[in-house]
Amino acid sequence: MDGLTLLGTWIAALLTLCILSFLYKDNPFYKFAEYLFVGVSAGFWIAYNYHNLLLPNLIDPLKGAFVVLLLEGRLDFRWLTIIAGLLGVTMLFRFFPKAAWVSRYGIAFSVGLGAGLMFIVYLQANCIYQIWGTVKLSPVVITEGPGGQHFDWPTSVSNTLLIVGVVSALVYFYFSKEHKGVLGSTARLGIWFLMVSFGAAFGYTVMARISLLIGRMEFLIDGWLRPAVIAPIQGALASLGLL
Amino acid sequence: MKFVRWLADIDRRIIFLVIAVAVVIPLLLPLGMRVKVTPQTESIYEEVENLPPGSNVLVAFDYDPAAAPEVHPMALAFLRHCFTKKHKVIIMALWPQGAQMAVSALAEVGKEYDLEYGRDYVNLGYKPGGDIVIKSLGASLGEVFPKDMAGEPTAGLAILAKVRNLKDIDLVMDLSAGDPGIPAWVRVANALYQRKVAGGCTAVSAPQFFPYLQTGQLVGLLGGLKGAAEYESVLAYAGKASRRMDAQSIAHLVIIVFIIFANISYFILRRQREEKREGPRTGPAASP
Repeated sequence: MDGLTLLGTWIAALLTLCILSFLYKDNPFYKFAEYLFVGVSAGFWIAYNYHNLLLPNLIDPLKGAFVVLLLEGRLDFRWLTIIAGLLGVTMLFRFFPKAAWVSRYGIAFSVGLGAGLMFIVYLQANCIYQIWGTVKLSPVVITEGPGGQHFDWPTSVSNTLLIVGVVSALVYFYFSKEHKGVLGSTARLGIWFLMVSFGAAFGYTVMARISLLIGRMEFLIDGWLRPAVIAPIQGALASLGLL
Repeated sequence: MKFVRWLADIDRRIIFLVIAVAVVIPLLLPLGMRVKVTPQTESIYEEVENLPPGSNVLVAFDYDPAAAPEVHPMALAFLRHCFTKKHKVIIMALWPQGAQMAVSALAEVGKEYDLEYGRDYVNLGYKPGGDIVIKSLGASLGEVFPKDMAGEPTAGLAILAKVRNLKDIDLVMDLSAGDPGIPAWVRVANALYQRKVAGGCTAVSAPQFFPYLQTGQLVGLLGGLKGAAEYESVLAYAGKASRRMDAQSIAHLVIIVFIIFANISYFILRRQREEKREGPRTGPAASP
């Protein structure tokens, strides 16, 4: 491990410990690491967006056009780039209360563009496909096997649960009629399905958080303690003839 | 009863400590627990296996270092599988740090294979815009990515010679940690251009993508660290995810035990409170 990597590893390890120290209680080390993270993130994103968005898409083309104008005396402006740039600039008017209304042009354009471009695909992918996915299910599934046709009960139960779950959960969100009688019972069944899905989501969330903890612990053990702490100590002891 | 009261009032720091111990011990002393492969992982494996060698696989690295413990092992396993099957891997990112994550993954996996940049794989880098970028890929890949990540022109690259747009891609694999990610690829690449899309994502977001599996909009899904470990398992190699799954499983067991004990103590104490409120049951209540 070279000197720079060693320094980076130590900084990463100490900052990790600073953040983890919050689990004991709020303290200045945690606050330092938190503020540092926020500051570094903000700086990183500004630099990243400037170099990856503004520079190649706006500043470089405009710079090139100015050079052509100065050297060759002809207009080589990409008008769409200028219009997009101006719409971007209008968004910055949010910072000036008296002229904040100007920002609506940029926002309206981006919202309109996004909605127009994505409306159909949203409807197709998240609505029509999903409705079709439920409608096409059959609660009774017969499959061909080596001994002829037989009732595929696991698929049938799964399909029935899916159909009942979708319908009852949708009924729960139907508010135009009081949830009484059959409607009330179906809505209550819908709550059960929703609770099971929330439980599954919570289980996955726990899994995700533990995975992140494992990632950090693995770094502390294999990325820091072993190569950056134990190995140099062993090396020093070996050079002194003590190991 | 004292024990029940102690359980109910247990200091959260004790729970943190127990969880930390449950995570660290399996990392130091691996147990080699088995991972059961689910159908949604198996189907991605089958999809890659059944593609003829030299197929074009687009891998979108839509995650950052924050999600790396979960998603990066998937990337390593999937790239290994693609390179073993001699598929052409086209890498891009809708997340700014995704392209850098791809560089890290290629550095790790690439040395195991005889690969040539521009012939066997290419890293096109990051492009902001989410859905719009994918939609534009449907028209022309070269126009969206005139240069690769290193700033070199993509026009002369052998790997892209026969790839004009998304329609020339045989499989899209999105490694996602949020938005833009799997939903964007499903919406545009699958719904609009009828491309096969597979996904790998953080465990937090996995449940919301299961409806896409049932409808066939996703050919498969790797959910969280377990999904990555499953893919390693089906490829028959023990990678980072498989090693981490020991710690994951033990930590889950500890959490389950905590939940059971917390519920037991809660119900016992609730019953006790109710009994106190109602008073001792000595006989039928007197009529007014």
